[in-house]
Amino acid sequence: MLLRAFIPLGVFAAIGLVLWSGIGKNPQLLPSALLGKPAPAFAAKALHAPETEITSASLLGKPYLLNVFGSWCVSCRVEHPLLMEVERRGEITLVGLNWNDTREDATRWLAQFGDPYSQIIFDADGRIAIDFGVTGAPESFVISAEGRVLHKFVGPLTEDDIENKVKPLLAGQAL
Amino acid sequence: MNPLRKRRLILISALVLGVGAATALALTALNENVNHFYSPSEVAAGKIAHGRTFRLGGVVLEGSPRREESTLKAHFVVTDRFANLPVEFEGILPDLFREGQSVIAVGMLNASGVFAAEEVLAKHDENYMPAEVKEAIDKGKARREAGAPEGAQP
Amino acid sequence: MMPELGQIALILALLLAIVQATVPLIGAHWRQPALMAVARPAAYGQFVFVLFAYGILTEAFVAQDFSIAYVAQNSNLALPWHYRFSAVWGAHEGSLLLWVLILSGWTVALAALSSRLPERFMARALAVLGIISIGFLAFTVLTSNPFERHVPPLADGNDLNPLLQDFGLIVHPPMLYMGYVGFAVAFAFAVAALIEGRVDRQWVRWSRPWTNVAWAFLTIGIALGSWWAYYELGWGGWWFWDPVENASFMPWLVGAALIHSQAVTEKRGTFAAWTLLLAICAFSLSLLGTFLVRSGVLTSVHAFASDPTRGIFILVFLVIVTGGALTLYAIRAPKLAAAPPVSLYSRESLLLLNNILLVTACAMVLIGTLYPLVAEALGWGKISVGPPYFGLMFFVLMAPLVWLIPFGPLTRWKGDSLPAVFLSLRTALALAALAAALVWIVERELPLKAVIGVCAGIWVIFGTLAFLLRRMRNAAPGRMLTAEMVGMSLAHIGVGIFVVGVVVTESLNVERDVRMQAGDMVEVAGYQVTLREVVRQDGPNFIADEGVFEIRQDGELMSTQHPQKRRYLRGQVMTEAALDAGFFADFYIAMGEPIGTGGAWAIRLYYKPMIRWVWLGALLMMAGGLVSATERRLRQTIVEREVVQSAPEQMPDALPERA
Repeated sequence: MLLRAFIPLGVFAAIGLVLWSGIGKNPQLLPSALLGKPAPAFAAKALHAPETEITSASLLGKPYLLNVFGSWCVSCRVEHPLLMEVERRGEITLVGLNWNDTREDATRWLAQFGDPYSQIIFDADGRIAIDFGVTGAPESFVISAEGRVLHKFVGPLTEDDIENKVKPLLAGQAL
Repeated sequence: MNPLRKRRLILISALVLGVGAATALALTALNENVNHFYSPSEVAAGKIAHGRTFRLGGVVLEGSPRREESTLKAHFVVTDRFANLPVEFEGILPDLFREGQSVIAVGMLNASGVFAAEEVLAKHDENYMPAEVKEAIDKGKARREAGAPEGAQP
Repeated sequence: MMPELGQIALILALLLAIVQATVPLIGAHWRQPALMAVARPAAYGQFVFVLFAYGILTEAFVAQDFSIAYVAQNSNLALPWHYRFSAVWGAHEGSLLLWVLILSGWTVALAALSSRLPERFMARALAVLGIISIGFLAFTVLTSNPFERHVPPLADGNDLNPLLQDFGLIVHPPMLYMGYVGFAVAFAFAVAALIEGRVDRQWVRWSRPWTNVAWAFLTIGIALGSWWAYYELGWGGWWFWDPVENASFMPWLVGAALIHSQAVTEKRGTFAAWTLLLAICAFSLSLLGTFLVRSGVLTSVHAFASDPTRGIFILVFLVIVTGGALTLYAIRAPKLAAAPPVSLYSRESLLLLNNILLVTACAMVLIGTLYPLVAEALGWGKISVGPPYFGLMFFVLMAPLVWLIPFGPLTRWKGDSLPAVFLSLRTALALAALAAALVWIVERELPLKAVIGVCAGIWVIFGTLAFLLRRMRNAAPGRMLTAEMVGMSLAHIGVGIFVVGVVVTESLNVERDVRMQAGDMVEVAGYQVTLREVVRQDGPNFIADEGVFEIRQDGELMSTQHPQKRRYLRGQVMTEAALDAGFFADFYIAMGEPIGTGGAWAIRLYYKPMIRWVWLGALLMMAGGLVSATERRLRQTIVEREVVQSAPEQMPDALPERA
């Protein structure tokens, strides 16, 4: 009789374990497999100048924030004013990765909301996003001057992210 | 054994039998209705027995959707960026179905190697790629990098 | 300035919740009236601050203050003013604040109306509610602050998902939360009783209306969700066994068992352990539902934004609250008095069977919902559980339950004669069989399984009427029908109507996807549907293709329908289905997609007989729950002579000797 009363607790413990295991699978919780490793190599056309090619090699030498965005992405609009402000202050280099988009839509979107990027890579077939492990937009990667991934942000960037995470990381790098 | 004891015993036996039967029924029903999830690469690698219903996940290959003129049949290709699998579906595609967006189709492979879908799901938020699809794509990438030839079609 | 005040208000509420959770518990332990008396004022104060914070958030939406990130993400300048109120709970942070507000409101109501209950017990119960409040307030303040500013301030916000600008979806969450939170009261009482080490029939009697009302709200909340999915999502379905749907259905099943168990404990003093355990489980399942929806653990049609930090927080909270309560149960429950033996056929045994079947059904749903997680954890791959599993299990368990419903009210406590009860129901059974036969004659296409189902539903209705008739004939005038009996009957009849609706619509519904262009006619279920033309319609923030359809029966025009396919400015595409709703059937037309260039469209046509009975049944169940909560007897203090040992005849709802 006494032991029988512990059955509900036992069942709950089992359920709790199952749920706990479920959280661990979320890609946001696991550190990006890329952290500390060299960023995936890429070569793609620029958004504004389709004949120009941007390669990961061409971006070496200076750290930058790679921001994944799309004209269809609602949350990107939330962080966009912040990115404009960051560009205005001139402390951080922003490189855009236009994902899952068409040239017309993206260009129109940037014309409407502003273009904070020093360069924009047009990811035509989504390969670059896959290589970076992108599952949604917006996502941002802090890339060092040597081309290593220092940090990955999932979701809209906040002022706090810029001040307390991006800047200190980049401070350890030559700007 | 006194009558009360006897009644208790009958009750408990009935309960145990009932629970046993219920559990057996539950497990059978569960196993018959479980749908596994596979990516096009896994299908190409021949992982699935024919005649089994499963869920196919990936991204709609750009330029692939087309409809037959006189019927309601739709054809499109699902890709995980490493392997492609043609799909045919009779019916109306969901509103969020779009080229380049993630999709999950439920159905089985037919004799000609085409995936005959009974159901096409694209109900998620535009920005959302189901964890399963993402993982499948990651696995495909890892396999390619490891040099495995199976299912890899650059 | 105001949003910051809102944040401060929430922090103050949290502090008061901490006081409410700790001081009265200490006071109850050391029997210090002064400390115990802190509970009520703390609850009132907490409510004031939470209401203030909620008011500020609402005001921010109404005044369209886009400097607040949450407001910017969930509304914009074009949002009509009446939707601004409901936009508050359109996403995670705001809906959580609504949860907190409702929890606080119920706590205040409990505090205000419980003056006749023992002080020590109430102090503990309010403290438990305080612990729950701490969890939710801390969660809000630490991880889901709705007042976070957006820097720099935006001039306009994002638009709401057009799916969310709709009556059904607006009312659905508050109703659900009223249900979830309402179960917290039963939970608090159960834990307080376990701490005390005994179950006092007085508080069980007193808590019954609260539980009934909570269950009623949950019923209507689920029904609204189902109805909304039906008319808005364009798929014609009304229940998908989706994890989020299951998350609300599980507490409902356990809540139904709890209502019955509380009735037994209140009237007979038995089933105490069941009542406590069910109370703990009902609320725990509500918390689990919150976890499943907000943690992104399960892929679902309509999960909120997923965030693992939030998932961890809720899980830890769940472990503390539920784990703590169940541990207390394991230690204290065996000490509760054992139940006196009853006959094999008695109202007690019928209600015991009722509890077992409902709890088992809940367990089946839980297993099916969590199975994908288990499979993944154990490396069996990524799977999903198809609806047929749920449908089969549910049917197997609920069919015996439904058939037994009419027996319950007519069976006496402690022991009765099954043949005698059956005899008193023979007219009802005969009528039900007759009605089923008539239905089958009229509708030849009904499969045998459905005919039996219809018979079962009608049997429940007639069986309940048989009870009412007997009651009115035999009881003394003026004491014929109590609110409790009326409520019970309404709810049971609701079950019968629900069963008839489900069985008929699932067997006879017709779904057809067809290709149509202007001038085409399609025949569905005896109706002739003609597409006249497809025209262009412009809305405030969308462009639509509208189909003009005429529905005829035997050549006579029944109605003209205008389904639309809308393309919103944001790029989202949505289907506005056209519904020809009727008491006995719905005709449903949805625009699929354009085919080719000749103006042809893929059209979805549904014929859904008796679908409205599904929600009518739910409505009656809700009404039953509310009516039985008004029962005057439950507000009376238990007097000595109503103790368990007295003969059954003295119980108010006892049946007189059978002729």
